[in-house]
Amino acid sequence: MYRETEIIKDAPQFGEPGFGDLVINVGPQHPATHGVLHLIITLNGETIKDIKPNLGYIHRSIEKMCESLTYRQFIYVTSRMDYLSAHINNHACALVVEKGLQVEVPERAQVIRVLFDELTRIASHELWWGAMAMDLGAFTPFFHSFRERETINVIMEETCGARLTMNYYVPGGVMWDLHPDFQKRVKDFITLYKKKIHEYDELVTGNIIFQNRMKGIGYISPEDVISYGCTGPVARGSGVHSDIRKVSPYSIYSKLDFDEVLETGGDSFARYVVRIKEMHQSIKIIEQLIDNIPEGDFQAKTKAVLKLPKGEYYQSVETARGELGVYIVSEGGTTPYRIKFRSPGFSNLSALNHMIKGGKIGDLIAAMGTLDLVIPDIDR
Amino acid sequence: MWSFSEIAKNIDLWLNDLVGSTWALVLEMVIAGVAVIGLFAALGLVLVIMERKVAAWIQIRLGPNRVGPKGMFQSMADTVKLLVKEGMTPDGADRLLFNVAPFIAMIVAMLLMAPIAFAKDFQLWDMNIGVLYITAVSSLSVIGILMAGWASNNKYSLLGAMRSGAQIVSYELSGGLAILAVVVLTGSISLTDIIKAQENGWWIFKGHIPVIIAFIIYIIAVTAETNRAPFDLAEAESELTAGFHTEYSGMKFALFFLAEYINVFIVCAIGATLFFGGWMPLHIGNWQAFNHIMDYIPSSVWFFGKTFFLIFLIMWFRWTFPRLRIDQLLNLEWKYLLPISMINLLLVTLIAILGWHF
Repeated sequence: MYRETEIIKDAPQFGEPGFGDLVINVGPQHPATHGVLHLIITLNGETIKDIKPNLGYIHRSIEKMCESLTYRQFIYVTSRMDYLSAHINNHACALVVEKGLQVEVPERAQVIRVLFDELTRIASHELWWGAMAMDLGAFTPFFHSFRERETINVIMEETCGARLTMNYYVPGGVMWDLHPDFQKRVKDFITLYKKKIHEYDELVTGNIIFQNRMKGIGYISPEDVISYGCTGPVARGSGVHSDIRKVSPYSIYSKLDFDEVLETGGDSFARYVVRIKEMHQSIKIIEQLIDNIPEGDFQAKTKAVLKLPKGEYYQSVETARGELGVYIVSEGGTTPYRIKFRSPGFSNLSALNHMIKGGKIGDLIAAMGTLDLVIPDIDR
Repeated sequence: MWSFSEIAKNIDLWLNDLVGSTWALVLEMVIAGVAVIGLFAALGLVLVIMERKVAAWIQIRLGPNRVGPKGMFQSMADTVKLLVKEGMTPDGADRLLFNVAPFIAMIVAMLLMAPIAFAKDFQLWDMNIGVLYITAVSSLSVIGILMAGWASNNKYSLLGAMRSGAQIVSYELSGGLAILAVVVLTGSISLTDIIKAQENGWWIFKGHIPVIIAFIIYIIAVTAETNRAPFDLAEAESELTAGFHTEYSGMKFALFFLAEYINVFIVCAIGATLFFGGWMPLHIGNWQAFNHIMDYIPSSVWFFGKTFFLIFLIMWFRWTFPRLRIDQLLNLEWKYLLPISMINLLLVTLIAILGWHF
């Protein structure tokens, strides 16, 4: 154990660089990191001089694990990466396997997948909204957002049997057909959502304290967005055209009518607005599809044992947090030779220091909230 | 009419008969002390359950509902839990300061209880410098927090204490100026005189817009002084985990917790006394019948009703607003509230000199 005198002996003296700095460990156990993220921040008073993210506290070597699982099995491990958009992770993996196998996915399965993807996106943004407001010190929004999120979770539970790690997608389609109540439940959800969404603006968006905390804070320019590799709402908040659903459409997204939300502010508030508007766009997509689910098979006929031909396959999808890329190298066997996930959270986190340097502790927490970090997604 | 003053008078007479005047005084002191501690504990329990129920109501949930009817005994169960918990002192902490700090926070809150008139003629200490005493003693609360933050030997605690120091010292100014508005109108710093002056109407109605502005500034300033959201930067759960009381546990933490709630009660009681006439019933001009009916409501009900209304207001703030940032907090005080309250005080003085108030 250090005695106080020893600590003082090591500290820089007056006039030396670093005098008066305070190094604080934010995390791995901290209310605002939403997981086991560890930030080593150097403070001068309240001003942040440096942020060093320290990763690996929840590293489960998912990539290595996937290499020893078959192409049917490895999809389910990815639910545990970005657990808030489990469906979308599974979608990426299913797509890359289908690409390798050259399987044609039935129309019905594709529509079901997109419906679940968008529901997941809304659920994820709802949780983000509540958690971010909590980071800013407002507790009530969390409960209000969970009211709507719970409705989505019930829909998920009915069809998939699970509420968080759904494991519903399989190569070639979905695991089983929709629950008979699905359409009614989703319509109920849309009604509830439209009735309640104005509360979000009244409670948080329009609040003067909230706007002061958000506007002009955590600015990142479009050039920096590209050089840091930020994707998703973080990139679109700076006006960078990056929605994979538009840039390189997968599944049936090219046939759907929705807008890519772009804001040019580049600050925390722009990222906030992007996510709020994305929820509206997701509702728009669901409304287009919910009455037009085609009849037919929900799963394509595939072989019992899947073998990807020798080669390299890549597919990226737009998760709630940004671009998730799945890269598979196959040697022709039943398991991938090498698998690599390009996760959105990792790149978004790398921009944190650039965004916040020179700000206050409160800014760090607020900007970190708008990055919407999911730690298992960063560590994998 | 049944009231606290009757009870107090009867106890006084009975004791004088029983043991003579000297011992009666001593016994009355003891009774007053026990009563304050009892009130303290009762208020703590009531305010904690009230906060949780208000929070639950705002957050569309039920709140505590298991212990006792509608969960009303939840805070008692929590108190028992905190009492039997181990009182830890961290290794690197300054043991003396660390253990003394919660008591200082507590004692300051207790001292503030003295001049408050809970009902008609029911006051622990009717001093003629009541307002001065309150402003002076409430400044001491920062010492307990600074002590706790420094002695914990924890960086989060230190930052929390630092913030709290800056915050309480600055908000004291506009809070004090807002109180002065009523003092100027009354022409006295005795709380009894201030209440008496509101017999024909409360200052918030009599004093035109400047007093309403003073009241709003007072509410903002005391919310900041008691470290409640949206000014809870000293605790700032999402930023500093728990701020100055990060290292405290068990009963030592409970004392800070209790002191916070008692402080909320006291600032609301003072606000009710200054702006809403304390225990004075609501009187409207010449409406004799109405005034008469209002007089039938006991003065203690008026006092606690007004106080709890203000407490509800402060709780409402906490559960709807996000937290300010430290520089925004200080900007708000030094750039907006302080100049406004200074100009406001001038206006109030003008009204008082010209006799424009009702």
